Amino acid sequence: MKLETLVQSFELEVKTGSDQLHQEVTGGYAGDLLSDVIAHSARGNVWITIQTHPNIVAVASLKDLAAIILAGGREPDPETLKKAAEEGIPLLISLLPAFELIGRLYQAGVPGIVSC
Amino acid sequence: MDQTEEKYPFYETFHIEGGNFTHAGSISSRIKRILKNEGFPNQVIRRMAIATFEAEMNVICYARWGILNLLVSTDFLKVVVDDEGVGIHDVNQAMKEGFSTADERIRELGFGAGMGLSNIKKVTDEMLLTSVVNQGTHLEFTINVVNGNPA
Repeated sequence: MKLETLVQSFELEVKTGSDQLHQEVTGGYAGDLLSDVIAHSARGNVWITIQTHPNIVAVASLKDLAAIILAGGREPDPETLKKAAEEGIPLLISLLPAFELIGRLYQAGVPGIVSC
Repeated sequence: MDQTEEKYPFYETFHIEGGNFTHAGSISSRIKRILKNEGFPNQVIRRMAIATFEAEMNVICYARWGILNLLVSTDFLKVVVDDEGVGIHDVNQAMKEGFSTADERIRELGFGAGMGLSNIKKVTDEMLLTSVVNQGTHLEFTINVVNGNPA
């Protein structure tokens, strides 16, 4: 599934990386502990979090994630926006709380890291 | 590897400022870029990115300053990090997943989960950690380019 399909279907607000939406999404990972995300997310994943500080961009960039989705309508810090724009990382916002967003993404066919 | 072998090994030194979360991850990003340019396998780069990110974060969270030395050779990559800071009271305990001494401020940023050192251990082929309380910590790890840890 393409990132832009997710943006449209889930009415995600695109804060940065609008030129990177053609990417294929390989799956999803959720978490607010950066070490956990660093350890377990996979290349091309969308990452659902409520963290808004600039370090989330470093994590997404290091792990080649497709996008960061901030749940619950959280706004990124100004420094985060700047960094995401520089690194070309799509930073998206969903108004849905994390649980609802993840449930719907999963239903729409975005897999997790464990195949079942 | 697209370059001639004569340029190897080479060194890079990075300075890390303790307590500065604004540029956290910038050294691991730079190292990732270097290794990409050198044409190392993606799996090796991925493991190095994880290990150097965790090492960098440890200095930022727990030390006043640190130096990260990277040695790049064709067969292996080696990183040595020395910092001046609070140090680690019990190295074996610190290696356990979930053990953390992080304060509330660090945890709010999503760090301090007690996974950093065990993450490093998981993705490297060799790891050595020594520390003197209230002085600093010495960490070194190696990632083999061929026949390395598949993690």
